[in-house]
Amino acid sequence: MNIFLRGFILIISLTLLWEGVVTIFKLPSYILPAPIDVLKTWFEYKNLIASQLMTTLTETLLGLSLGIIFGCFTALMMAFFKPVTFWILPILLISQAIPTFAIAPLLVIWFGYGITAKIVTTILMLFYPITSSFFDGLRRTETGWLDLAKTMNANKFRMFWHIRIPAALPALASGVRVATAIAPIGAVVGEWVGASKGLGFLMLNSNERMQIDLMFASLITIILFSLILYFCVNRLLRTFIPWQVEQ
Amino acid sequence: MKLLESPSVYIRNISISYQNKIIFHNMNLTLNGGQTTCILGASGVGKSTLLRIIANLVSANHLSQGKDHTNASISSDNLIPVCEQISYIAQTDLLLPWLNVIDNVLLGFRLRKTNRKTLSAQQSLAKNLLKEVGLEQAIHMHPHQLSGGMKQRIALVRTFIEGKPIVLMDEPFSSLDTINRFHLQDLTANLLHKKTILLVTHDPLEALRLADHIYIMSGNPAMLSSFLTLNSQTPRDPSSEEMITLYSSLLQRLLGR
Repeated sequence: MNIFLRGFILIISLTLLWEGVVTIFKLPSYILPAPIDVLKTWFEYKNLIASQLMTTLTETLLGLSLGIIFGCFTALMMAFFKPVTFWILPILLISQAIPTFAIAPLLVIWFGYGITAKIVTTILMLFYPITSSFFDGLRRTETGWLDLAKTMNANKFRMFWHIRIPAALPALASGVRVATAIAPIGAVVGEWVGASKGLGFLMLNSNERMQIDLMFASLITIILFSLILYFCVNRLLRTFIPWQVEQ
Repeated sequence: MKLLESPSVYIRNISISYQNKIIFHNMNLTLNGGQTTCILGASGVGKSTLLRIIANLVSANHLSQGKDHTNASISSDNLIPVCEQISYIAQTDLLLPWLNVIDNVLLGFRLRKTNRKTLSAQQSLAKNLLKEVGLEQAIHMHPHQLSGGMKQRIALVRTFIEGKPIVLMDEPFSSLDTINRFHLQDLTANLLHKKTILLVTHDPLEALRLADHIYIMSGNPAMLSSFLTLNSQTPRDPSSEEMITLYSSLLQRLLGR
């Protein structure tokens, strides 16, 4: 079945279910607004939502790109200079063990209310999946390729550049997919603990003012944005790393 | 790169054990310069291990777990270290999926420091070679678009263009169907003519078509025994009377009758 048709059916059924729940239980709009109310609000506040989205979008994309860069760099260091691994690996695990929600307020104190704290939160969240997937890929190069390169008298650096890195890209790609899925969460969590802009800020703000319909409108925007981001990144990865399909 | 005269290779007193099991002990083998030596034997007997030792792919560490190997040596009569003169064809084609055919063929030059002039010269040589083996259309394709026979043909061209005088082949055509195998044996005999070749195989017919000397490896620990020396031109016609007779006696021998 076509992916768009499938998405359409899924959205329609979820909306109907939602509408059904609201009608049957006669829920007031400050508990759960009907889909149509949310849609109305969405159009009413579209300029506000769009401007908040821009902030969240910037934070997510910057966090994602910087996270990928740092993650790749760390993985390369670990694979190329093996002793480094023993020093970095614990730090990597610690970065994942600390709950991001818990240290997000601290990041606000350190980096202020601006965009930086959110970017750092995002990076912290996706640093681990990127690094570990790429490092795994770099360690698991097919031995036949390495043997072949060895008989061609390749030095370590060229073997790394021409064989181990490209061979590890499909593994990196799956890490990037995971990271893409969680990157918006990082930005939104960052906004929750202290911000004056962004969709997370708008959600919290409208929640406090009992504008539940606006909160839902922001939530739906975040969901749509996450889906579109994932779709685009996935498409990009497929275009630039086509050989992952056969492995 | 200047084509080196194909040297003879002398393998002396090589021993190896793996997990306390002796695979072979004090193995000796001479590969005559410019000729094809073939080792036949069942899977797992240690043929590939011997080949990997010659290619320096099994580390010295690993070797020293075996018996005393102070007299062990692998040398050639031109005094250049053997592992610098070899190219290697494995069971699988080992083409890199992210490179197109011509870049795969020129992999060795990318992996070594090569100036641009040499590279472009090699590029046109590679194109001609691919044309010769009937892969003109495939030059810019990627491996996943090609059949197994085509891929192994490309691996052969990659080996040839390396210009090394010694070629080690580890059951190179075992994953191909009979017809493709036949064609690739012809191609091997033509392309790699006059090189010092060590061919490891479990296909008696392949040995008879391509080899000048046939050895059989068997036993535990494995021993090499010379079976046959053939002087006629390769690739040989498998349907000649001589071949059929030899095939049957070789098969008898391999079956241990």
